[in-house]
Amino acid sequence: MSEATTKAQGGLLGWVDARFPLTKMWNEHVGEYYAPKNFNFWYYFGALSLFVLVNQLLTGIWLTMNYNPSAAGAFDSVEYIMRDVEWGWLIRYMHSTGASAFFVVVYLHMFRALLYGSYQKPRELIWIFGMIIYLVLMAEAFMGYMLPWGQMSYWGAQVIISLFGAIPIVGEQLALWIRGDFNISGVTLNRFFALHVVALPLALVGLVVFHILALHEVGSNNPDGVNIKDHKTKDGKPKDGIPFHPYYTVKDTFGLGVFLIFFSAVVFFAPEMGGLFLEPPNFQPANPLQTPEHIAPVWYFTAFYSILRAIPDKFGGVLAMGSAIFLLFLLPWIDRGKVRSIRYRGLGHKVALGLFAVAFVCLSYLGLKAPSNVYFGLTVTTWAQIWTMVYFGFFAFLFAYTAFGFERTKPVPERVTE
Amino acid sequence: MRKILLGLMLGILSTTGYAAAPSGNLMDAQVDVSDQGSLQRGAKLFANNCMGCHSAKYVRWNALPEPLGVSMEMVEDNLIYGAYQAGDTINAAMRSEDGAEWFGAAPPDLSLTARARGADWVYTYLNSFYRDPDASIGWNNKLLANSSMPHVLWRLQGVPEAEYEDTANGVQVAGIRVPDAQQGMLSTAEYHQATRDITNYMAFMAEPVRAKRQEIGVWVIGFLVIFTGLAYLMKREYWRDIH
Repeated sequence: MSEATTKAQGGLLGWVDARFPLTKMWNEHVGEYYAPKNFNFWYYFGALSLFVLVNQLLTGIWLTMNYNPSAAGAFDSVEYIMRDVEWGWLIRYMHSTGASAFFVVVYLHMFRALLYGSYQKPRELIWIFGMIIYLVLMAEAFMGYMLPWGQMSYWGAQVIISLFGAIPIVGEQLALWIRGDFNISGVTLNRFFALHVVALPLALVGLVVFHILALHEVGSNNPDGVNIKDHKTKDGKPKDGIPFHPYYTVKDTFGLGVFLIFFSAVVFFAPEMGGLFLEPPNFQPANPLQTPEHIAPVWYFTAFYSILRAIPDKFGGVLAMGSAIFLLFLLPWIDRGKVRSIRYRGLGHKVALGLFAVAFVCLSYLGLKAPSNVYFGLTVTTWAQIWTMVYFGFFAFLFAYTAFGFERTKPVPERVTE
Repeated sequence: MRKILLGLMLGILSTTGYAAAPSGNLMDAQVDVSDQGSLQRGAKLFANNCMGCHSAKYVRWNALPEPLGVSMEMVEDNLIYGAYQAGDTINAAMRSEDGAEWFGAAPPDLSLTARARGADWVYTYLNSFYRDPDASIGWNNKLLANSSMPHVLWRLQGVPEAEYEDTANGVQVAGIRVPDAQQGMLSTAEYHQATRDITNYMAFMAEPVRAKRQEIGVWVIGFLVIFTGLAYLMKREYWRDIH
């Protein structure tokens, strides 16, 4: 917006605009942010992630008002919220369901980036910020899961923190430093509470701002992977772009409605989601003297947990799990392809990406099961090893396929196709 | 996109169904926490048979009348033994330390058992007792072997005997049957109903808001369906000038 029009504004808005870039910011990021007009189903999940983040922040604040972060009081205070606090059950279920919903929408959002090459140049930094958000989100979810101080909270944390102990030389000291005690204890609970409700949410919100600023700097990608800024009208607007508001605000409102129907179905009719979102052993208070029969992390970590268990050596497993996540950071540089969208990429990439998605889902499923279970004659461990190879194979294949010119791409259209 | 949505919806429904189905060899308790008659009978049975040893420390007496559809006076007259003050929770008559000494393990608090173990587990457990002269308490349980809980409901069910079977892993309990001469006050069907009522009541205690949240959920989703329909019409109206 030009300075002349800003000055012409009268009233309260004009007064504010003369002192703070309110209209300017609105226009830059919403009112006059031109997004490609051909966004499809996959493009709902960015806005939905933002919505779920706000849901977690608000319900989290209200939970904090009645939660007691001590080993003696944590479990009781959660039941107090469930039973005695007015609408406490709803706030808690929104928060616990929101945690899983967060990973659902974030995984779909990330898969969208893989489908349409949204991590490729010039959007590498958007992808990196996104990956850091994902990493912080994992820490946030892990620490949050400990707070109810149930059996799974306790033993899940015990298992995951002990992984740090597998690191040579500094490992044991590191695990001790994280726990603040020789075992998981009230000390650990207190620091996890501090990190969960203050430090990590702050980091998340900041990173989301960076993620969006970086996106708005280069502009959104789209299902065709073409650059809409290449074709502009005389007044400098992208021909295939439409203002985010009102077009995508109304579209996302519809998407939000659909999302909320699913979300409410879980909150009101299946808050435990068959033991996936709230695990049955977590309705027993943490007991350091009694190990549950079967310890499994929550579903959104189980893909990586499977990779960890697939490697017979503990430190090797930790390394494999770490690199499974770290490789995603490097994706913009592993993929040397010049074409972004799956629509115009070679058959090899389509098959590989499909297999990668199947591997992730299968690993997630396997991570929930006991290693000795047998499917089609093979144990969970063997299956996990197979899918772990597929998971890592995707990155190796993608690099070889694109760096040495094996990929036969289709011609990319000049303009968006829908 | 419609296919994806339909798939997701079916996915959620099937998971819910999976959760409700009995797993393994558990009996199906057919829990229905909106069945107030069952909850009332379950509460009475619980007060008469369980509360002597077991507490339900998260459940307040004054949280019972509304979900059970009774008055506070009825709760005080029929369920509470001893002095009652507003806000009191369900306590065991027996001290926990005594329980540990008498039975070898302190009887656990039952507030959340139906959620931690599953309602079907509770129902099956109550139907799995049998007389075992070798056990120190004279009773054993097919579901939880060497459980330290005696068959408290034997007057109702009678005295079940185990039918043993030789297997590769030694002698095991194949089935449980109440001999004609050892029948209790209730028929088999009546005992199933009584234990189902207790299970139902314990499912209610584990999550008192369960019936209410489902009731509210119908309205919430009804609202959201209308909201989403309107949002769709609005989106279509705005997008008329694109394409």
